[in-house]
Amino acid sequence: MMDLYALVLAPFADFAFMRRALIACLALSLGCGPVGVLLVLRRMSLMGDAMAHSVLPGAAVGFLVAGLSIWAMSLGGLIAGLAVALLSGFVSRTTSLREDASFAGFYLISLSLGVLIVSTRGSNVDLLHVLFGSILAVDDASLMLVAGIASASLAALAVIWRPLIIECVDPGFMRAVGGVGGAVHATFLMLVVLNLVAGFQALGTLMAVGLMMLPAAAVRFWARELGGMIALAIAMAFGSGLLGLLLSFHFDLPSGPAIVLTAGGFYLLSIIFGRHGGLIRHVFPARHLEA
Amino acid sequence: MAKIIMPAAAMTAAVQIDNLTIAYDRHPAVHHVSGSFAAGSLTAIVGPNGAGKSSLLKALAGLIQPAEGQVRHAAPGRLAYLPQAAEIDRDFPISVIDLVRMGHWRRVGVFGRIDRAMRDAADAALHAVGLDGFGPRPIGTLSVGQFQRALFARLMLQDAQVILLDEPFAAVDERTTADLLGLVARWHQEGRTVIAVLHDIEQVRRHFPETVLMARHVLAWGPSAEALRPELLQQAGALAGAWHAHAPVCAVPLGT
Repeated sequence: MMDLYALVLAPFADFAFMRRALIACLALSLGCGPVGVLLVLRRMSLMGDAMAHSVLPGAAVGFLVAGLSIWAMSLGGLIAGLAVALLSGFVSRTTSLREDASFAGFYLISLSLGVLIVSTRGSNVDLLHVLFGSILAVDDASLMLVAGIASASLAALAVIWRPLIIECVDPGFMRAVGGVGGAVHATFLMLVVLNLVAGFQALGTLMAVGLMMLPAAAVRFWARELGGMIALAIAMAFGSGLLGLLLSFHFDLPSGPAIVLTAGGFYLLSIIFGRHGGLIRHVFPARHLEA
Repeated sequence: MAKIIMPAAAMTAAVQIDNLTIAYDRHPAVHHVSGSFAAGSLTAIVGPNGAGKSSLLKALAGLIQPAEGQVRHAAPGRLAYLPQAAEIDRDFPISVIDLVRMGHWRRVGVFGRIDRAMRDAADAALHAVGLDGFGPRPIGTLSVGQFQRALFARLMLQDAQVILLDEPFAAVDERTTADLLGLVARWHQEGRTVIAVLHDIEQVRRHFPETVLMARHVLAWGPSAEALRPELLQQAGALAGAWHAHAPVCAVPLGT
């Protein structure tokens, strides 16, 4: 009993930074869960990755202008991410280029701009540290930011839910009824960027996308309905945060990769044991019914 | 060359087309088409592949920008369009009844509540297309024919004045086609304007009073028996294939 306490509860009871990190994980999970599930359902899984890269130059500029200020870097990242999201959305809707291609184009421009900015100003250990994040260094200000973004995302999703789902299922219908498809799509892309920005202080720009996409991809093996998928994705992301933090604490591992690798573990287990279309079910299918 | 027979009674037009040209990469798919669909008419658009039928329908739905000319609607907001291959993601975890209830969009918008009467209307529409009991099922479990029935149920809820159907019976079996044709007839009786792109000439002769026969140009527009005469159909087949990489600029002056 004492062992279990020392293993699971003591790190959080004894250390404020662990408690903050856990709360940050909860907030991130609440925002990233639904956004990730919708990205997977819209077949835009790799878009999250593209967006995470495109946030980079903005964060770098924010750092160069204001130093290690969470607000400056978040704002910079937000602006860069939104610029890429809206420009590619605009290009794919007004020209013949498809969305994935226009995203690839703009995020590569953004990424190389980021690398250019970082390298001309000399490599900086602090900056690298920030780019790969440290959830154990989450302070009150960044906790407020993460919680604020999670709340705003949930509220925004509630507002655009109906047209967003219609736009996901049948974009042609939305266009034909003169709906607000474009605006809804743009709002959704903004939410993706916002949640990645929320994640990058805690996990780093490149790790944040892991907490968004891995649970979202895994839940398809367990849930058939949208509500169930989203609830499970949130639970899985938070579970990964909790387990990852404990692993990072006990084995002295960097927290970002520990959390994302835990989510990766859930993902692999889901592939193997998943109830809907998992590997085991594929090899040993249940016998068919009568009708 | 174009033999245009206008509908006999000079009824009010639900949709009016003026000198419409639709071009892809400057090559016209629909070339200088004019005419009008009378309110309450039931019209088939017929012609060989590549004749511009789907393009014309999309332009009627306001989904493509014409290169020249214009389309005017008597009631612009009251339009429903069923594309040939709807870009519907059938893997999306949404139930049949939720798909059908999308038809209420014009009335409920982003925030409006779907009330009891609207839910009943959705159930009645499912019943009318013969999908009783399918409501809670995910759309991915429907067969092609059942799915087309569900889309027709959604069309019913849209309560549109003008209904545009692009090859609605392609890949659908005879029984389903017969049932859906019954719905089309019902819409016609209710005074709605229905315009459908179709391939089955016999079906058009039997169920559609008016026909537009086209091969980029309009070859005939009028009562189906007139418009579907064998020599006209043959003419249409011969015309549609012509496409030249180095076609000259159209000689018809602008604005005529």
